[in-house]
Amino acid sequence: MTRYIIQRTIYALIVIWAVGTLVFFMLRAVPGDPIGAMLADVDPAAADALRARLGLDQPLYVQYFYWLGNTLRGDLGNSIYGSNVPVNQIIVEAIPRTLSLSLLALVISFTLALVAGITSAVKKYSALDHSLTFAAFIGISMPDFWLGILLIIIFAVNLNWLPAIGYKPLSEGFWPWLSHLILPAMAAGLPFSAVITRITRSSMLEVLQSDYIKVARAKGLNERIVVARHAFRNALIPVVTVMGIALALLISGTVVVENVFAIKGLGRVLIQGILNRDYPVVQGSILVVSVILVFTNLAVDILYTIIDPRIRY
Amino acid sequence: MAQSLSQESGAAAESLSSAEVPTTRRQHRWTYFLWRDKKALAGLLMLSLMVFGAIFAPWITPYDPNAQDYEFLEAPSIAHPLGTDDLGRDLFTRIIYGARISLFVGVVTVVLSLIAGVIMGLLAGFYGGWIDNVIMRYIDLQWAFPNFIIAVYLVAVFGTGLSNVIVAVTLAFLDDFARVTRGMVLTIREQEFVLAARSIGVSNNRILLRHILPSSAAPIIVLATISVSYAILAEAGLSFLGLGVKPSTPTWGLILSDARSFFSRAWWLAVFPGLAIMLTVLSINFLGDALRDILDVREYQGGEGF
Repeated sequence: MTRYIIQRTIYALIVIWAVGTLVFFMLRAVPGDPIGAMLADVDPAAADALRARLGLDQPLYVQYFYWLGNTLRGDLGNSIYGSNVPVNQIIVEAIPRTLSLSLLALVISFTLALVAGITSAVKKYSALDHSLTFAAFIGISMPDFWLGILLIIIFAVNLNWLPAIGYKPLSEGFWPWLSHLILPAMAAGLPFSAVITRITRSSMLEVLQSDYIKVARAKGLNERIVVARHAFRNALIPVVTVMGIALALLISGTVVVENVFAIKGLGRVLIQGILNRDYPVVQGSILVVSVILVFTNLAVDILYTIIDPRIRY
Repeated sequence: MAQSLSQESGAAAESLSSAEVPTTRRQHRWTYFLWRDKKALAGLLMLSLMVFGAIFAPWITPYDPNAQDYEFLEAPSIAHPLGTDDLGRDLFTRIIYGARISLFVGVVTVVLSLIAGVIMGLLAGFYGGWIDNVIMRYIDLQWAFPNFIIAVYLVAVFGTGLSNVIVAVTLAFLDDFARVTRGMVLTIREQEFVLAARSIGVSNNRILLRHILPSSAAPIIVLATISVSYAILAEAGLSFLGLGVKPSTPTWGLILSDARSFFSRAWWLAVFPGLAIMLTVLSINFLGDALRDILDVREYQGGEGF
C-alpha cells in the first residue's frame, strides 16, 4: 500500500512537471510575446528594457531552468499585467474561493443525486422514476454557465433572496459566505448530479436484484432497512468509483461558473490571465489547477481502497 | 481519468455480431428502434430542424444577423419573435446563425479527433511495443484532466479565435477515441478471425483496416455521437468566457455572455440562446442513447466524454 502511494505520488509529480513544461514551451512557441503586444508599438526601447529585466532576452533553455528553479522554490513570478502583483499572492487568495465552491457543489450534487437515484431505483418505472430520468437528461444537457445565469435571474434579480455575484470569506461570517456560494455551487453541481443520479439508479437496481437482498426480505426485514442498510452500502461502490471524475468535473465546472458569478477563484484568475495575455498568471494558475486535479484524483483512489477493502494494489 | 469506467471496453466485442445481421433485418431494427424509442425520434426531429435552420439560415431568418436597429432590447413580439439585443439586432436571427457555428464546431472537431484518435488507438493496440508506449503515455497525461480544462489550457497557449478553438477542442477529445479504439483492438486482435486472416497472408494494414476497424466501430460511433454534444458545450463555454470566436460573430455562448449586462431588463437574451444549446445537446444525447441501445454498447464504455 505504501509502495503504491509512493509510486502514484511520483507519477502525479511527473504529470504536473510534464504539463508545466509543455505549457512553458508552447506559450513561447506561439508567435508574439506579451511585452511586444503591450509596448512594442508604443516604445520599442522600453519593451527591450522590460524584456531584459524579465529575462525574456535569454535563450529559451536558460529561461526554462530559471522558471523551473523558481517554481520549485514556490515562486511563480509576478503578474505582468497592471500592477505587478506576485502570482503567489493572487493564487493564495483564489484557492479558498475555488475550494469552498467546489466542496459545496460536491455536497449539493451528491446529496441530491443519491436521494434521486435511490428513489428512482426503488420506485422503478413509476411516473416519478420517469420524471427523474427526464430531469437527469435535461441536467446533463444544460450548460453550467447558463444554469448559473438562470439562477441569478430567478433567485437574485427577481426574488432577491440571494446575492447575484461576488464572494465573502468565511471570516466575515458563515451566512455571508454561504449565501454567496449557494447559487454558483448549484450551477456547478446540478448538471453533474444528473450523471451521478443515473449511476446510483443503475447500481441500486443491480444490487436490489441480488440474492442477499432477497434473503433480507425473506427473513421479514423492514423494506426501509433493506434499502438503507443492506442495498445502499454496496450500491455506493460504483458511485464512489466515479468520485475522482466527479471532483475533477466539478473543478472544471467551477472554472466557468466562477466567471458567471464574478468569484475571483482559480478559474477566473486563469481566464482573466488568458484574456490579458498575462503569461506568468496563466502559467501559475494552470500549474495550481493541475496540482489540485491530479492530487484529488490520487486522494480519491487511496480513499477507495479504504472504503472497499476488497481492492488491493 | 475514467479508467475504472471504461475498462470494460472489450465487453462489447461479443456484441458486434450485428455486423453479420443481413441488411434487411438491420434496417428493420433501426426503424423499429426509432419507432419504439420516442426519445430518439424526438431527438432526431429536433436535430434535423436545427441542421435545417443552420443550412438555410439566410432564407429562414427575417433579418440580417448583424443588422442593427433602433429597437434596442425589445421584448419578444411579432416583428421580433425572440426580442432584440442591446444593439437592436434580432435575437431569433442571431440564434439561427449561431446554430451554424455550434454545429460546425461540434461536428468538425469530433470528426477530426475521431480520425486522429482512431489512428492512434489502432497503431498503439495493434503494434504494441514502443509505439504503444509513446501513445499511451500521451493519453495518460490527457486522461488526468477533464476535456474542457484541456481545451482551456490549449486556448491559453494558442490564443483565442475560431480556428484555435477547433484545434483545442479536437485535441482535448482525442484521448477518448484513442483509448476506446486501443481497448477494442486489444480484444479483437486475439480473436480467431484475425488469426485466420493472418494465416492466409493478409497484410497488417489490411487486417487493421478491413477486419479490426469495422469490428470496433460500435463503441466508437456511440462515443462520437456523445462527444458532439460535449464539443458543442465546450465551444459554447469557451465563447461564453471570451476565449472563442471574435466578438461580433453570432454564437450562442457569446450572446449569453453579452446578456449578462442586461439581466434585469432583458430576460429573453439570457433564456433563448441557452435553450438552443440545451435542446441541441439534449437531442444529440437522446440519439446517442438510442444508438447505444441499437448497437448494444455498454453504458459508460465510451470514455469520459466531458
